[in-house]
Amino acid sequence: MDWSSSLQGLAGGILIGLSATWLMATLGRIAGISGILGNLITVRPKGDSAWRVTFLLGLISGPIVLMLLGGGLGNVAGAPGEVVGEPAGGVVLMLVAGLLVGVGTGIGSGCTSGHGVCGLSRLSPRSLMATLTFLVAAIVTVYVVRHVIGGGA
Amino acid sequence: MKTSTLKAVMGYVAGLLFGLGLGISGMTDPARVLGFLDIVGAWDPTLMFVLGGAVVTNFIGYRLVFKRPNPILGGAFQLPTRQDLDGRLIGGAVLFGIGWGLSGYCPGPAFASLGGLTVPLLAMLIAMVAGWFLARAIPASR
Repeated sequence: MDWSSSLQGLAGGILIGLSATWLMATLGRIAGISGILGNLITVRPKGDSAWRVTFLLGLISGPIVLMLLGGGLGNVAGAPGEVVGEPAGGVVLMLVAGLLVGVGTGIGSGCTSGHGVCGLSRLSPRSLMATLTFLVAAIVTVYVVRHVIGGGA
Repeated sequence: MKTSTLKAVMGYVAGLLFGLGLGISGMTDPARVLGFLDIVGAWDPTLMFVLGGAVVTNFIGYRLVFKRPNPILGGAFQLPTRQDLDGRLIGGAVLFGIGWGLSGYCPGPAFASLGGLTVPLLAMLIAMVAGWFLARAIPASR
């Protein structure tokens, strides 16, 4: 097993947990990306948009800071030190996947961060159900794409 | 500093921590995510450590935070109150899971990867936003 990758995963996970705690401690909000970004774009909540914009700017700047530091702080598989990995497919696949991710997180009220990181930390039964469901759906999808159809992804 | 400015600054700090966490953990690499989801292939446990580290840290963090009556910068804690499991929650999670499994991108890493923008990633983000608008047009089941 690749322990350095796992340790980097653990270190990054702790930072993500601290981010979620920080946002709740200061602003009282759930650190769910689909909610923060999705509602900013579709609802444009008056008087409740500034922190969303700055949060998203921070989110983009995190990986950029790592790239600028250049100390091999990323954890891309097979390319140690790289920060952002290559997409797993072309434009058509990404359009289909993006639509599914948007619709799914929209009607399901959350994604890996909102349901996964924040909801599980609150021991929310809805978030536990959602997290188990999207994990199983994703595992089945990868199985079908890679091992039933084969060659893809 | 005005409270509104402070709120914006705290939002930035939270986003920066999140973005650093995604980058350091390798979640900005779809191959890592797909490697975790491929349980019969050469399984990559990284995502398990990321989610585990985040949930345990935040579980402890939330317990400390909720000792306070309200957030440091005022207002109230805005937490979901629903407890029921309905079709939208589960159906939405299924659709999201399929899209996640096809691409290796969930919303956070997809958006955080803007610094390494590619044409397929741009397509993913545009379609994701279209999906959010579409979701708002799908009426609630109850």
